[in-house]
Amino acid sequence: MNTTTENNSALFEYLLRLGDTSLILGHRLAEWCGHAPILEEDIALTNISLDHIGQARLLLDYAGKIEGKGRSEDALAYHRDARQFRNLLMAEQPNGDFGNTMVRQFLISVYNFHLYSALSKSADAELAAIAAKSVKEVAYHVRHSSDWLIRLGDGTAESHERVQQSINDLWIYVDDFFNGDEVDAMLVSQNIAPELNAIRPLWNETVQLTMVKAGLQIPQVNSAMRTGSRKGNHTEYLGYILAEMQFLPRAYPDAEWL
Amino acid sequence: MTDTTDISHIRNLLTQVQDPEVPVLTIADLGILRDVEFVDGVYEIKITPTFTGCPAMKAIEENISEVLVENGIQNYKVRMVMSPAWTTDWISELGREKLRKYGIAPPSQSTEEHLKAILTGKNKAVACPFCGSVNTRLTSAFGSTACKALHYCDHCRQPFEEFKCH
Repeated sequence: MNTTTENNSALFEYLLRLGDTSLILGHRLAEWCGHAPILEEDIALTNISLDHIGQARLLLDYAGKIEGKGRSEDALAYHRDARQFRNLLMAEQPNGDFGNTMVRQFLISVYNFHLYSALSKSADAELAAIAAKSVKEVAYHVRHSSDWLIRLGDGTAESHERVQQSINDLWIYVDDFFNGDEVDAMLVSQNIAPELNAIRPLWNETVQLTMVKAGLQIPQVNSAMRTGSRKGNHTEYLGYILAEMQFLPRAYPDAEWL
Repeated sequence: MTDTTDISHIRNLLTQVQDPEVPVLTIADLGILRDVEFVDGVYEIKITPTFTGCPAMKAIEENISEVLVENGIQNYKVRMVMSPAWTTDWISELGREKLRKYGIAPPSQSTEEHLKAILTGKNKAVACPFCGSVNTRLTSAFGSTACKALHYCDHCRQPFEEFKCH
């Protein structure tokens, strides 16, 4: 392979990771449509979902162009199998109760906020433009999920206990955020992507700030951390999401909205 | 035929295109219309999306086509540009006034102030578009469209929408 091809395949991989995380989390949030505890929350969760799906479209569309094999955003979203997906393990975790959904959102949104802030200065102009646009949406996701963490953590004994349990359960997927590989290293060397080691302390700080306000504890579960999303090693949940999300375009490949 | 008159004529035509979700504003008021250029015999209309998932972008593209075709212009293409990213800082003064009169509070702070406020949790109070009071509170940051938040005015006791800082 020549250098351009290697560069492009690293960027393609990287864009899939960002795009797939947005797509799968957007899909998970869309499952709340019509089921949220109050109308305002139904609207909020589906608005956040819409942001994620909008970001996924831009990222996957760009990924297809970088790959150069004529795959569209739809081809990438609907015609890959679980092992080819690169979304963070956290994004595919089930909605659980409302608090669980908010913890998942909070942990990913804080990560996205710092990652996209850094990516908005990327040497790749197109990625920088997408990141600069997305970070402003993510800012609202951070605020919304932080507010709920504080409300639930500092709420009743039951809400506190349940939201702390969600944090304990989901914390094992946190290391996966920062578990960079040769793709990250290559893009870091070209100033296309930021060092994940530089993102982690920012993430810790923002998470800690809200946790303290909410009276919640960061669990100690370092030994059981799950990673592998960058190589397509997923938890059992992704297959079920894809089965539902991809059914229609696979059963009726040329179907279009009329 | 390509001189600046044509380009400003097209620009004028396009300033009539309304935003489908907030019809009181045009795409020029919002800063969605970025540029009109004449390249290789084709008028390139550059627009930029507001929110990444905004479903109105498709409608805006169609409305632009409609206006141009109605005015006998066939050699055009609408191009989406991503950079620089759209911001509510680009909403014109006139646009802000129109929003207020329509009952939607214009963005209360600049994007930069807003991004800082996210991490500190200190947000500027939004003035009620009906009575002007800042004795208001956020009900939900997510409203009927991607670009609006819900507020309540404790002074005139009216719920109202705010065009979100972006």
